[in-house]
Amino acid sequence: MVLKVMSSNQAIAEAVKLVKPKVIPVYPITPQTTISEYLAKYVADGDIDAEYIRVESEHSAISACLGASGTGVRVFTATSSQGLALMHEILFAAAGLRAPIVMADANRALSAPLSIWNDQQDSISERDSGWMQIYAENGQEALDSVLMSYKISENKEVLLPTMVCVDGFILTHTVDPVDVPEEEEVDKFLPDYNPEHAYLDPKRPMSIGTFTDPDYYMEARHDMEVAMEKAKTVISNVSQEFADTFGRKYDFIEKYRSEDADTIIIAMGSICSTIKDVIDELREEGEKVGLVRVRVFRPFPVEEIYDAIKGASNVGVIDKNFSFSIGGVLHNNIKSMMDVNAAGFIIGLGGRDIKPSHIKEVVEKTKNPSNKPLWIGLKEEQ
Amino acid sequence: MELPEKEFLAPGHRACAGCGATIGVRLALKMLGENTVAVSATGCLEVITTPYPETAWEIPWMHVAFENAAAVASGVESALKAQGKTDTNVVVFGGDGGTADIGLQALSGAMERGHNLIYICYDNEAYMNTGIQRSGATPYGASTTTSPHGKESFGEDKPKKNMPMIMAAHGIPYVATASISYPEDFMKKVKKAAEVDGPAYIHLQQPCTTGWGYSPAKTIELGRLAVETGSWILYEIEDGEFKVTYRPVQRKMVSEYLNAQKRFKHLSDLEKEKIQSHVDAICVELKI
Repeated sequence: MVLKVMSSNQAIAEAVKLVKPKVIPVYPITPQTTISEYLAKYVADGDIDAEYIRVESEHSAISACLGASGTGVRVFTATSSQGLALMHEILFAAAGLRAPIVMADANRALSAPLSIWNDQQDSISERDSGWMQIYAENGQEALDSVLMSYKISENKEVLLPTMVCVDGFILTHTVDPVDVPEEEEVDKFLPDYNPEHAYLDPKRPMSIGTFTDPDYYMEARHDMEVAMEKAKTVISNVSQEFADTFGRKYDFIEKYRSEDADTIIIAMGSICSTIKDVIDELREEGEKVGLVRVRVFRPFPVEEIYDAIKGASNVGVIDKNFSFSIGGVLHNNIKSMMDVNAAGFIIGLGGRDIKPSHIKEVVEKTKNPSNKPLWIGLKEEQ
Repeated sequence: MELPEKEFLAPGHRACAGCGATIGVRLALKMLGENTVAVSATGCLEVITTPYPETAWEIPWMHVAFENAAAVASGVESALKAQGKTDTNVVVFGGDGGTADIGLQALSGAMERGHNLIYICYDNEAYMNTGIQRSGATPYGASTTTSPHGKESFGEDKPKKNMPMIMAAHGIPYVATASISYPEDFMKKVKKAAEVDGPAYIHLQQPCTTGWGYSPAKTIELGRLAVETGSWILYEIEDGEFKVTYRPVQRKMVSEYLNAQKRFKHLSDLEKEKIQSHVDAICVELKI
C-alpha cells in the first residue's frame, strides 16, 4: 500500500477515476470546484474515458446525469450548498426514477447570509429526497464511500442514488494520507454497470418518467421506502465485501470508546475527529465518555444507533444544521425513533470554528441536560 | 414527398380532439424513425401521452421536469455518444413555456455546448396544460387567463418573444420555423435537422383548439391562416444563411386569422390594424 497525501476532493476525484463513469456533468461551486477541476484534467489527459459536460447550472448537471443514467451508463456529479438547493427538484426526480447516480456534496452553509463555509444544512435539507446519504470523516472514507456507493446504488434491490457528503474546506481543502486502491482491485469489486430494466434503448422502447394519477403514485413512493429498507442489507454486504477486498471496514455507525461509556456524544462528519481527541483527553481524566459517529444517515440506522447508546446514562447529539423550532435534525430523528432522552446541540454553522473546549462544553451539558436544543459557540451578547 | 406509413405515436392518447401538438410529433417521428430517443418537457404532450401505465410512445421516451428537457437530452446525447451509439437521433419536444420561458437557460446551455440533438418547440402560444396562461410566446393582443382583456386591457401587451432568432444567435448549424399545417415543409426541416452535425432547433407553430378558441375541425385551417396572412413565417437558417421556405401566393388580411379565434375576438379595429401593419413591415422586408 502506498499512501498519497491529498485533499478529500482529490480523493473523491481519484475514486471517480476508478469507477469509470461514462458521463460527468458538472458546474463549479466552492468548495466543490476542485473535484470538477481534477475530473476535467483526468478527462483531458485521457485518464477517464467519459463525456465531460460543462453544464450551465447545477440544475442542468443533475438533469444531464439523469438523462445519461436513463441510457444505462454510470454517471457522476458533485456540488455544494446553493448548487444542491438548485438541484432540489431533480433530486426527487432522480430518486423517483430510480437512477443509481452517485454525487459528492461538499457540505456548505446555505444563504442567507451568504457563506462559503461549512455546515451540513445543505444535504440535511435534502434528507427526504430519496437519496441515500453517507457522511465521511476523512479523505480515505470519502474515496472508499464513493466506490461503495456505486455498488449499493446499482444493486437492483436498491436502485436509489447516493450522496457522499464531505465537510467543506475542513475536508475538501485539507490534505491527509489516502490509500488509492489499484484499478484491477476496484474492477473486481465494482464491475461495469449493466442495467437490467428501464433504460432508453430503441430496440426495447420504454417510457421513463410518466404521469401518474392517485391510483399509482403512492405505491411508487412506497416502493422507494421498501428499497431504502433493503438498502440496509445491501450496505452491510457491500461494506463486508469492501473490507474483504481492501481491508477497511465501514459500518452504518462508528463506535469510539462508547462500549462502557456513561456519556455518549453522537455526531456526523469531520467534527468526529475533534470529538475523538476530546474523548481521549477526558478518558485520561477518568470520564467514561464515548462517541457514536453516524456514517450512513439515509437509510437511517435506527437499530445500530439504539444498540450503541441504550446503555449510556447521558446522550448528546451534535448537529451542524437545524430545523426551526425543533433543533437539529439528527437529534430529532434519534428522539423520534428511539426511547432515549437525548440532549441536542447546534454547532459550527457557517464555518464557525469548533474547538475542543466546545466539545467539552457539550459533554458537560449532556450530563446536565437542558430540555431544549442549545447553540454552542454563539458569541456573547454584546 | 412520400409520407412514411409507420406511426411512432400511437392513437388513443388523451389529447383534445383537434390537438395540433400530436400532429407535429407524429410528423416529426415519421421522419426520424425508430432509432430515436425522445425527451419531453412537462406539459400537455407529456401528460396526454403517458398516463401510467399507458404510453403512446413507440420509441424510448423520457420526461424529468418542466425546465430541463434540453439538459436531460444533453445527458442522453452524451451517454449515447460515450457508448458509440452516434446514429441514434435525440429529439426534444418542449412547449412554448418550457422552451421560451422556464426552459430557456437549459436550452441555451445545450445549444451553446453543441450537443447533437434536435429541439422541437411545439408552440401553441400559451400555457395550455394549466389552462391558457400567457407565456413569452403569446402574441400581441391575445387574451389569456393571465392576460385577460377587460376595461383596462386589450390582452397581452407585448409582442411574441422571438425564440428562433435567439437560437440563431447561438450560432448553431440549423434553425427553422415550421407549421403543422405545412407537413412537407416541416418534415423536410426535421430531416435536415437530423442530418446536421450539432444542435438543431425547430420552432413549430401548432394551433390549439381550446387555447385559441375555434372548432376542433379547424386546426389545420388555422395553421394555414397564420402562414397565409404572414402572421407566422416559414423559414430556415442553415449555417447562418436565412431563407424563407414558403411564400403565400397572395397574402391574406391578418384580420381573417384573428377573427377566426376567440382569443382575439375582443380586439378593436385599431388594434387589428396595428397588428396588420406590424405583419406588413416584416413581410415587406422578407418580400412575402
